[in-house]
Amino acid sequence: MLGALIIVFREVIEAGLIVGIVLAVTRRVPRRGLFVAGGLAAGLLGAALTAVFAGALADAFAGSGQELLNASILALAVVMLAWHNIWMASHGREMALNLRNVGQAVADGSKTLTALAVVVAVAVLREGSEVVLFLYGIVASGAAGFRELLTGGLLGLALGGLLSTLMFYGLVAIPARHLFAVTTALITFLAAGMAAQCVVFLQQAGLVTALSGTLWDTSAVLPDDSVPGRVLHTLFGYVDQPSGAQALIYFATLAAIFSATRLAAPARGRSAS
Amino acid sequence: MKTIRLVAALALMPLFAAPALAQQASVRIVIKDHKFSPAEPHAPANRAFTITVKNLDSTAAEFESKTLRVEKVVAPGGEAVMQIRPLNPGRYHFFDDFHQDTTEAELVVE
Repeated sequence: MLGALIIVFREVIEAGLIVGIVLAVTRRVPRRGLFVAGGLAAGLLGAALTAVFAGALADAFAGSGQELLNASILALAVVMLAWHNIWMASHGREMALNLRNVGQAVADGSKTLTALAVVVAVAVLREGSEVVLFLYGIVASGAAGFRELLTGGLLGLALGGLLSTLMFYGLVAIPARHLFAVTTALITFLAAGMAAQCVVFLQQAGLVTALSGTLWDTSAVLPDDSVPGRVLHTLFGYVDQPSGAQALIYFATLAAIFSATRLAAPARGRSAS
Repeated sequence: MKTIRLVAALALMPLFAAPALAQQASVRIVIKDHKFSPAEPHAPANRAFTITVKNLDSTAAEFESKTLRVEKVVAPGGEAVMQIRPLNPGRYHFFDDFHQDTTEAELVVE
């Protein structure tokens, strides 16, 4: 039962933290519920489909289908997060401070909401398909300990949801004028972590072979499959045994998004901060 | 223009793909009754190789190793191939993430 709890909990916090951040980022945007729910639904549907077609998927592209799918959806999420940050830097400040023109805000909000809905869908798809496969395995193997495992899985789901909710309220408690800076930074780290994860799948597929040596090993101090390690992994891309290529892409993505966001910000906004 | 690019790509492809495949060792692992066999596979040190995992169970497995840096779902009755980087000699722990209690095993690199 503990095993089931841990597996489901682990997957749920990854997707849940991302949903929590997206909800906090879009706190003031009308109709965001619709987009986030849409993203969730698309992600769940995608997760079920990926689980059903896991076999066919693995065989595609000379046996690297799974890696290529994972790498592409991560790359898509990175692009969407980067685009959101850059777009918000150029338009978001006025939007957050001045919502008198609600009609305009709805139109503006929708643009970046679509990007964030894609990110939610991608996060749920990735983590969800593993949960679906795991829970299906429990159901299929039947009899022994079935109920216990299912209870564990559901508890994991509840705990993961709780942690994500706490994350959301933690973010929302930040005063509005600082929230923008905090979420911009959070999203940049989130994207960099995803980009590094993308490299791992390309390495596993044999497409990236350069810089494959391990840079450091902190698995004894903070293993990345522990709960704190997992949270840090999702938020900041923490890995306890990264390869050179992972670290390189991580810092390159960080630098690229930070500088693009800065460039996109109107001069007025920059001098005011 | 498109044809030229395609031809160029096809002509160049063997340069990258073929040498890698030709000299690569492969480690084969079978999953049955949620157990790996062999439980202690061996692999050569300091050169890239592939791990092929065949799942004979009726439920999905997820072959995972932190130190080998791989994570891949293996469908029931399916097979998965993973590319592994050149490794230093040592023991590398791996497991099936969906059945961790019965599947702990180690790859010996020497």
